[in-house]
Amino acid sequence: MPTPFEPLQDAALSHFLMTGAVLFALGLAGFLCRRNLIIMFLSTELMFQGVAISLVAFSRLHGNDTGQTFVIFVLTIAAAEAALALGLVVLLFRRKRTLDCEAWAAMKG
Amino acid sequence: MSKLDAFKFIPWIPALAALICGACCWHRKLRVYAAPVSILSIVAAFLISFGFRDAVAAGNPNTINAFSWIHIGNLNVDFGYLIDPLTLVMLFVVTGVGALVAIYAAGYMAGDRGYARFFAYVSLFLFAMTTLVMADNLVLLYLGWEGVGLCSYLLIGFNFQKPSAVAAAKKAFIVNRIGDLGFALGIFLTFQRYGTVTLWTGDAGSPGVLELAAQVHDGTLAAAPADLWIPFLLMLGAFGKSAQIPLHVWLPDAMEGPTPVSALIHAATMVTAGVYMIARLLPVFTLCPYALPTVATVGAITALFAALIAASQNDLKKVFAYSTISQLGYMFLGIGVLSSVGAVFHLFTHAFFKALLFLTAGNVMHAMADQLDMRRISGLRRKMPLTCLLMLAGCLALAGVPGTAGFFSKDLILASALQKGLSQHDWRITTLAVLAIVTALLTAYYTFRLWFRVFMGPAKYEMGPKHAPQEPVDESSDGDIRVEHYHEPHEMNWLMNGPLLVLAAGALTAGFLCKEWVTTMVGGAVSAAPGSADGHAAAGAAEILIFGLDVHSFMIVVSVVVSLGGIALAAYFHWLNRSAADRIAVRFRDVVRALQNKFFVDELYDALLVRPLRMLGSLFYIVDRLLIEGLVSLVGALPRLAGMAVQTSQRGFLQGYGLGMAVGTGVVLLFVIYLTK
Repeated sequence: MPTPFEPLQDAALSHFLMTGAVLFALGLAGFLCRRNLIIMFLSTELMFQGVAISLVAFSRLHGNDTGQTFVIFVLTIAAAEAALALGLVVLLFRRKRTLDCEAWAAMKG
Repeated sequence: MSKLDAFKFIPWIPALAALICGACCWHRKLRVYAAPVSILSIVAAFLISFGFRDAVAAGNPNTINAFSWIHIGNLNVDFGYLIDPLTLVMLFVVTGVGALVAIYAAGYMAGDRGYARFFAYVSLFLFAMTTLVMADNLVLLYLGWEGVGLCSYLLIGFNFQKPSAVAAAKKAFIVNRIGDLGFALGIFLTFQRYGTVTLWTGDAGSPGVLELAAQVHDGTLAAAPADLWIPFLLMLGAFGKSAQIPLHVWLPDAMEGPTPVSALIHAATMVTAGVYMIARLLPVFTLCPYALPTVATVGAITALFAALIAASQNDLKKVFAYSTISQLGYMFLGIGVLSSVGAVFHLFTHAFFKALLFLTAGNVMHAMADQLDMRRISGLRRKMPLTCLLMLAGCLALAGVPGTAGFFSKDLILASALQKGLSQHDWRITTLAVLAIVTALLTAYYTFRLWFRVFMGPAKYEMGPKHAPQEPVDESSDGDIRVEHYHEPHEMNWLMNGPLLVLAAGALTAGFLCKEWVTTMVGGAVSAAPGSADGHAAAGAAEILIFGLDVHSFMIVVSVVVSLGGIALAAYFHWLNRSAADRIAVRFRDVVRALQNKFFVDELYDALLVRPLRMLGSLFYIVDRLLIEGLVSLVGALPRLAGMAVQTSQRGFLQGYGLGMAVGTGVVLLFVIYLTK
């Protein structure tokens, strides 16, 4: 199948990958360090975007559309999940009047 | 349908009565109806066997198939009944004495809370016992055998509030299990040997065990090693059920049951099942040359042994219990010297006089408020004149005074034994006969020791424990059954004394009235044919003279001497000069102590069997608790310990898990990268 895009250069690829890695690392750091449930949730979204950029970059490199298709699905599911997760966060907030994730530590051994 | 088909209803009428009596347990108002139902069913069974007696005596033995039961491979077991003269004699004893004892019990048990339960058990017993004596195959016989064992257990433990009664019931059951194991193995071996368990078919095409055994006697069927083992295994069952050494220990304890039970089950009927079984299977027993001499030896030794103990016991019912063991020993001696007629005749007369003796002892027990210690009872003849005479009739028969029933049957056994020993120059059999004569002396002594102690001498007595003021008021005495509680010894009502008169008439006259009848009947039984016939022939052929008299005349003289001598001894020591007896008892106190403790057989069994088994049990208990339970607990504890070790890592903080996941993923990544390079 002929691809409509120019294949990506190696130098350009590394930029994209670096951006993706930085976004993922920021998201991971944010998830592990922040205690606000909403911020933690945003951090997971950041990790998603990092991975998505990598996938799109590889898709361009190989001239294969599957990566981009996959990213579209990830974004769709992330949107649905965002609606659910924010609803859950609101519920949790209503229970304890706080967004501190350490308030929810009942399930311990 | 021939006349004999009526016989197949005999077991089922009491079985139906047992169900009805069981239903009467449901409400206390219904309780009183149990006795008439039970009595009527037993009388009906008696009337059937009595009404069709000529059909049995005239015709050939007959088998009736009530319904089919077990058919597996070539094992065919039906609810089939074998009606032959031996069965008829046994049916007369079982249903006749059963009916009389049931009538007596209707008065004796009045006011008891378990009135209906008692009659349900008695009816069930009659079902099992009639099945036993009518069975035409060994498996059905075994069913009846175990059924009577069960009823015996239930009735010994009738007063289940009493720990001693429960212990006695368990003992009877367990000791009988030992014998019954032998019996069961004997049946298995018989089936393996002959390929059938049916006793007699009358059909040459498919012969039964007795016919096959007769063929072995003829030589038409080859002998097999199993022939030597089968009798010994079956014998074990007979010794257990009929309380012979070494399995006799259960019967004296069985007196914990109500007195009518002692009379019916543990004197007249059930304990004679062993004698019946050997008489029934005589052709099988004669195949082994050692079997019947063993039976005779055990019987004679048991007779003497039990008579010695009976002479020292002070409890009325214990004396009669040992006396029963002793008389059963006579029956085994009789069968052992091939006098199945003598054995069954003694069984027949013994049923009358021993039932009578137990029931009169029940009268005394009732009158004296459960006092049975003859040291505390004396001179009751004025208070209970009828009971005194009735027991005298029983005692005369048991002592074998000439003219009474016991004389004829005991004489037949002793003469057969002596005849066989002398004519075959077998000193062992002769010794057994002499032992039996010594036993006859002891029998007369201990019987009249009891009678003189209880009824003669100064009128001095202590009432038993039953009239204690704290006696609970019986809840069933609200109108239906009225029991008058006297505080003095008193004569019983006619409901109780009526059956005793019949039994007393039997004890005095059954000997000369029924001797011919029983002889022809037992002689005509299907099992009397091979082996036993030549025994009787030999007994008749050789004319042996002792002091110029033939054996039967000699035995009559001996019987007169020993019975009157025993009575005279008892009269001197226990009526005229009681202090002399006490002096002798003090001089020989070690002997008396050994006798009173029943030769320490119970203690011996306790030390040899019960304690080691109990110790083994404790050992197994420790092994179970420490080793097996420890292993099982370990299997459960290991995952628990592992869980305890790692549960601290589960802190419940979301970010902790997140960090763990990130680090874990990192490690896995590094691992993969470095490993796949």
